[in-house]
Amino acid sequence: MSARKINLTVNGEAVEAEVEARLNLADFLRQAIGLTGTHVGCEHGVCGACTVIVDGRPARACLMLAVQADGAKVETVESLGTPESLSELQQAFRDRHALQCGFCTPGMLMTIEALLRVEGSPTREEIRDVLSGNLCRCTGYQAIVDAALDAAEARRGTR
Amino acid sequence: MKAPPFTYHDPRSRDDLIGLLAELENAKLLAGGQSLVPMLNFRVVAPDHLIDINRIPDLAGIRLSANAVVLGAMTRQWDLQASADLAATAPIIREALAHVGHFQTRSRGTIGGSCCHLDPAAELPALCALFDAEFDVAGPNGARIVKVGDWFKGYLESALEEREYLQSIRLRRWPAGHGYGFSEYARRRGDFAIAGAGALLEFAEDARIRRAAIVVFGVEPGPVRLVEVEQILVGQTFSEAVLAEAAAQASALDAMADVHVSAAYRRHLAGVVTRRALTEAARPARQAV
Ligand code: FES
Ligand code: FES
Repeated sequence: MSARKINLTVNGEAVEAEVEARLNLADFLRQAIGLTGTHVGCEHGVCGACTVIVDGRPARACLMLAVQADGAKVETVESLGTPESLSELQQAFRDRHALQCGFCTPGMLMTIEALLRVEGSPTREEIRDVLSGNLCRCTGYQAIVDAALDAAEARRGTR
Repeated sequence: MKAPPFTYHDPRSRDDLIGLLAELENAKLLAGGQSLVPMLNFRVVAPDHLIDINRIPDLAGIRLSANAVVLGAMTRQWDLQASADLAATAPIIREALAHVGHFQTRSRGTIGGSCCHLDPAAELPALCALFDAEFDVAGPNGARIVKVGDWFKGYLESALEEREYLQSIRLRRWPAGHGYGFSEYARRRGDFAIAGAGALLEFAEDARIRRAAIVVFGVEPGPVRLVEVEQILVGQTFSEAVLAEAAAQASALDAMADVHVSAAYRRHLAGVVTRRALTEAARPARQAV
């Protein structure tokens, strides 16, 4: 067994913790610091439910060890908006009915958030390509793509 | 499932890494983690020691010289895809990377990790075969260069010895203006390819083929260069006969069968993707400038 002390930033706040080396980042977020917005579906990198943003890039939190996030800047779905004040992307999901059970939603949101930061005007095709890394068992994806397009427009201020 | 317990090491320099490799038993190297961590979570592997090489500063990077492109083993697939230098000198790499995992895995997945894990369907080892790569490895007994033909040992098995690590991969540059084509067939975008092919063509002024390289992957346990076809192509102009010959050779490979796909179907697909990749490579508009 090997435990380590780590220091990282989660949603803008400094976090210090002692973690077992084999603990993955998703479990760390959920269990050690209580941020249960990040979901865990498959634990082997297939479903995308655990997607978070690490140092500006989207990453599968189930495929990263918490110790590897030492010194990193991690953003989770909790950073996007609040129930009273949804982010543009969350609002677009709501307006377009882009979620049903909601299990995949945090991963969908963080993936699209990461995309919109590098590509402000994605095409439908680009969005579909990026979402190939996130599984949804409910919606059929079309509404999610619509919501991503709406959010991109809203963020460009053209809507 | 969760990973089994292990002792974690994160060396900060190549010397420290070599020290650990010399000393530790049953250790595994952790690169981008996009294949190894799933294997840990499934408990398919249970190393006593995990050596994380993500914090060694100089293992990543893209360097161009007059006749080579040298890629640090820890260069992320995301950074390969974003590199304008690479897109200009070897445009097939960016095209192939769109098929490597997903947006969310290329951020961490590395070229070295892919080339050491050696999934038969992996695109990056196939590109290494296409560009006559040399693998620069090192360990407690010093460094050595492994030619791509010696790198692929078998199913999920590279020439990397237990106490070695991969430092960088050297790809041979093709002249500006070469043609390139890449094609793969997977059941869903981002899934492992059932069969894939890449092709590079260099044309002389009289439109005859001066040099050709064709690789087929996902069909046999490692990528396969169609050397005979390449030799036939040289000196010819591009034609349907040439395409048919290439497709026929690809369809004659010793294809694997699995629960999803029979060997016969895989052989058929090998011919189809080879034909598509070569056709792309011969299109004048696709020739790199
Ligand atoms: S839980 Fe991480 S990809 Fe499914
Ligand atoms: S909304 Fe249920 S899995 Fe996507």
